[in-house]
Amino acid sequence: MFWQQLVNGLTLGSTYSLVALGYTLIMGVLNIINMAHGEIFMFGAFVGLFLVTYLKVNIFVAMAGAMVAGALLGTLMEIVALRPLRRRAVSELAPLISTIGVSIFLENLALKIFGPQSQAFPSGALSGAEMQLGPVRISLVQIVILGISFGLMFILRFWLSKTRVGKAIRTTAESIETANLLGINTNKIILLTVALASGLGGIAGVLVGLSINAVEPTMGLSMGLKGLAVLIFGGMGNITGAMLGGLILGIAEVFTVAYGASSYRDAVAFGIIILILFIRPQGIFGSSTRQGGRF
Amino acid sequence: MLKISGLTTSYGSIKAIKGIDLDVPEGSIVSLIGANGAGKTTTMKSLVGLLKPQAGQIKFLGREIQGLAPHKVVNLGMSLVPEGRNILAGMMVLENLEMGAYQRKDKEVKADLEKVFKRFPILEERKQQLGGTLSGGQQQMLAIGRALMARPKLLLLDEPSMGLAPLVVADIFRVIQEINQEGTTILLVEQNVRQALKIAHYAYVLETGKIVLHGKAEEVARNPRVMEAYLGGAKAKT
Ligand SMILES: Nc1ncnc2c1ncn2[C@@H]1O[C@H](COP(=O)(O)OP(=O)(O)O)[C@@H](O)[C@H]1O
Ligand SMILES: [Mg+2]
Repeated sequence: MFWQQLVNGLTLGSTYSLVALGYTLIMGVLNIINMAHGEIFMFGAFVGLFLVTYLKVNIFVAMAGAMVAGALLGTLMEIVALRPLRRRAVSELAPLISTIGVSIFLENLALKIFGPQSQAFPSGALSGAEMQLGPVRISLVQIVILGISFGLMFILRFWLSKTRVGKAIRTTAESIETANLLGINTNKIILLTVALASGLGGIAGVLVGLSINAVEPTMGLSMGLKGLAVLIFGGMGNITGAMLGGLILGIAEVFTVAYGASSYRDAVAFGIIILILFIRPQGIFGSSTRQGGRF
Repeated sequence: MLKISGLTTSYGSIKAIKGIDLDVPEGSIVSLIGANGAGKTTTMKSLVGLLKPQAGQIKFLGREIQGLAPHKVVNLGMSLVPEGRNILAGMMVLENLEMGAYQRKDKEVKADLEKVFKRFPILEERKQQLGGTLSGGQQQMLAIGRALMARPKLLLLDEPSMGLAPLVVADIFRVIQEINQEGTTILLVEQNVRQALKIAHYAYVLETGKIVLHGKAEEVARNPRVMEAYLGGAKAKT
């Protein structure tokens, strides 16, 4: 029972982590909350669904497609809704409002294109096979979710810490001005980061769509709120915090359901977050100062 | 090497510098001195493109660069060590230095890193530590080392001695002089006027956004007004 729930919790949590990573990356370089992230996630789910249903592509190709679609949406958002605001001295809230605008636009666009009803992946998208590993029954869907989420998180970590571009992202996250002085084209790096964050959101949409086998235009809102909670919980822009925070939230939810309080699932999970924030207001990995140590 | 004429920069409606003319000949150290709020930092930021000037011309190596984006200015060979040093606190000392060479693709980056470590051995000792854990003096060394990693032709230094202990200040000024002797042209902003005039070839005095005096450093140092305002009265002898 315990191990089974732990695996289920990790699976759910890894999708939260992935979504929270998108918030975290953008928070890191731009210091704003991207309120459209949930809707980009939802669009990714739909793109994946349509690729599988109508173009009959392999589910992994569909994931790649959702990632590209997410990245494109992110790129568009940065160019149309964020960059123009950075050029002039506007209120710090302006970009936040701007992303809210993008989120409303995307949700309405999805309603128009895909309709309001919930849709499922075709049954052949991923076989329903299950495996018995000691005390744990794990489905192929779970294995795919765990593999892709943890794989992406591992690659992202490595890429940020070791590569030239990854370091440029970290530098920009510490200070745009310093990055400029060092010769980094920060507009390019910010564009890349927003695209990357949105790409992760897009692929997370397919993973979640697969796991609950439902894709609908409103799915971005609830997932967005959870990702946002994890962002704060993990420490506002800390990558390790986002990863761990997502896992904790997922495990907390699954255990609440397993031990009989299923209607309090979100209440208990968010209760735990609030409790931890009482003890550590800066989040599990946040630093109390604004300086440094973000990624 | 650098020729500024009529440079004017504002914050909103407040003009912080008003028509500055300044010349930095190749191979020299030029000091720009002035009290707090005179507009020294504004001048430096306008030069590297962090601030967009309203008017005036900046000619660097024969090219007009006013309004150019900072990463392009770095690419042309001008680097600024900013006031307050801007160390990447959450990144390792080594990574800070690597980021200095961000635009370089040549094979001599490693050799230059060794040179920085030779100049500042403490940075090699601490290369795995986070930048934020260094002391003020070490951070200044890191900021200078990082700027040198870009191999600038012109190095801009904004108050490198600010907040440092006297012994460390002497060290920093010695290093600035060495860097210059090795062929890098330097524009130095300082409030430590005595030291700045001692190592400089030329000096400019900035007051409320205007150059009020300029000339050879030793002449500026002998100017009664400068002695009065910046060198602690007429008694002060350099
Ligand atoms: N970000 C800013 N916004 C508005 N005014 C500024 C800003 N930065 C500097 N100033 C003003 O511009 C003037 C020059 O400042 P600065 O260039 O920092 O002087 P210095 O470096 O010589 O001490 C000062 O009057 C200062 O108050
Ligand atoms: Mg200043």
